[in-house]
Amino acid sequence: MKAPERYYDFQKDISGCGVFGVIHKTRGLIPGDIPIRAMTCMHDRGNGLGGGFAAYGIYPELADKYAFHLMCDTQAALDSAEEVLKYYFTVHLAEPIPTRKVLAIKNPPIVTRYFLTPKKDRPQEGRDLGEQDYVVSAVMHINHKVHGAFVFSSGKNMGAFKGVGFPEEIADFFRLEDYSAYIWTGHNRFPTNTPGWWGGAHPFTLLDWSIVHNGEISSYGINRRYLCEHDYLCTLMTDTEVVAYLLDMLIRKHGLSKEMACKVFAPPFWDEIERMPKQEKEAYTALRMVYGQALLNGPFAILVADNTGLFGLNDRIKLRPLVVAEKDDMVFMSSEESSIREVQPELDRVWMPKAGEPVIVHLEA
Amino acid sequence: MAKKITLDASGIYYRQFNEQIREAVAAGATDIVLTNVNSQRYLVGAIEGDLNFEIQGVPGQDMCSFMRGPKVRVKANAQDGVGNTMDDGTVIIEGLAGDVVGYAMRGGKIFIKGDVGYRVGIHMKAYMEKLPTIVIGGKAGDFLGEYMAGGIILLLGMFSDKPSEPIAGRSLGTGMHGGVIYVRGEVPKEQIGPGLTAQPLDESDKLVVQGIVKEYAKELGLDAKAILASDFVKIKPFSHRPYGNLYVPA
Repeated sequence: MKAPERYYDFQKDISGCGVFGVIHKTRGLIPGDIPIRAMTCMHDRGNGLGGGFAAYGIYPELADKYAFHLMCDTQAALDSAEEVLKYYFTVHLAEPIPTRKVLAIKNPPIVTRYFLTPKKDRPQEGRDLGEQDYVVSAVMHINHKVHGAFVFSSGKNMGAFKGVGFPEEIADFFRLEDYSAYIWTGHNRFPTNTPGWWGGAHPFTLLDWSIVHNGEISSYGINRRYLCEHDYLCTLMTDTEVVAYLLDMLIRKHGLSKEMACKVFAPPFWDEIERMPKQEKEAYTALRMVYGQALLNGPFAILVADNTGLFGLNDRIKLRPLVVAEKDDMVFMSSEESSIREVQPELDRVWMPKAGEPVIVHLEA
Repeated sequence: MAKKITLDASGIYYRQFNEQIREAVAAGATDIVLTNVNSQRYLVGAIEGDLNFEIQGVPGQDMCSFMRGPKVRVKANAQDGVGNTMDDGTVIIEGLAGDVVGYAMRGGKIFIKGDVGYRVGIHMKAYMEKLPTIVIGGKAGDFLGEYMAGGIILLLGMFSDKPSEPIAGRSLGTGMHGGVIYVRGEVPKEQIGPGLTAQPLDESDKLVVQGIVKEYAKELGLDAKAILASDFVKIKPFSHRPYGNLYVPA
């Protein structure tokens, strides 16, 4: 599971990831079969070096607990990580994530899930933190300090499942056909600048946030340093990781709306800002000044989910494809229309969103 | 083999399906219907000759790339890369199309009823009798006709489901040094690439537009008169070498 040494020396290859997302606005449960088939349809967008899914609404019985998914190189790494978890949290349930042996999945890490609540009597260093900051700091602690152990999912009533393989193989490994969710995202990876390893597969997550991404974040360096100043440590050696943490910082910590966060990621061009009415012009200028280091440069089509909904966003010159479609209470977002038609042949509307304009779908209360 | 043939794409991987199509063509089929198409890439890619294809379902990436001659009708939406470096023939799409339609296209026609994505018609080129033509019934994303070196793009903006968007995205025709982009109605000035302007049509332009519109309308069952009942503007390169002085000022 370790990322290879000197990963930055690797040859660059042609990019072509695939992303898929679906949301049922009134929380109807969508069987795992749907995202699996949709991702299988886009098999050729990846190369077998990364596949993954995020699912919301999968742990209704334990919906008030933080569901931690851990991947560990060895039993020793898992033991060390568990020690940290027990130090910070009350463990309500700990179990292996159900898997099956799959021919294509070689040397998988040990995958385990924990259902947690912060300890009533917290350790001294965590007493002043808000509950979610406390959880974030525990995730950062394990990912940064515990050798060979990574938390790859830490939200409530949701989970990420990912690894090295094609998405349909990863789904088979994690038995995702057994789950139903009201939001699913899926990813098929074609690694370009960073290694194809288990931690580097998508989705990337933090708390309830999950993101899948087709493209490359050229601004990774500056985004990462900016996050570091705010106690978010990047440990997974893949550009997309910064987006998960930026979302948490901008929306949860700084209180920006999803719309505003999207305008930080993909702001209007200066010449467009110049033509705006005064108030808008000031707002967008301020946003670019304050959050310049959170701007995402480079090509991207991202799908972001949390427990309130799903949104899709392209970079502002649309260097990656994204299609959105509606059918009754369901909204689909994908790299290719055919993957949507594969699981939902009849659609009410199909369109390609404008570059830099998010398509935000909220779950109805 | 019968001249007419139907091939069912259900559950068939693109390689095998393209092999079936090639075998059918080699065996003499001239009218080929592809049913239950979904996601298969490179359909009708690099196929030559006076052939007719009808595609039912959503074809995958790079449909009709390097194609030379066939007439292809898609009864649904198309994805990205339609007509990549296509050489001759006609593609008719009854829905919308994705990004980079007609990339480096060097001949033939692409008629799209609805909207198209970004970077459509970039690097199009023309040579002697080869005059590639793209007609877009809906609206276009950014970079339409970027680096265009030849050929014709006709943008109608009529059959779109994006009422509030401008007819063309940003950077229309940026860096073009050949060919012409015709637009029905007007284009907001800020959408046009640096140094370019929209100008009225002259008589020879009007004849060209009329000819293209008539053929387009016929193929898609539309009313040519209604399409022509508006003024058009044209965007042409301001110089044969727009960036000739970029690094070494004259």
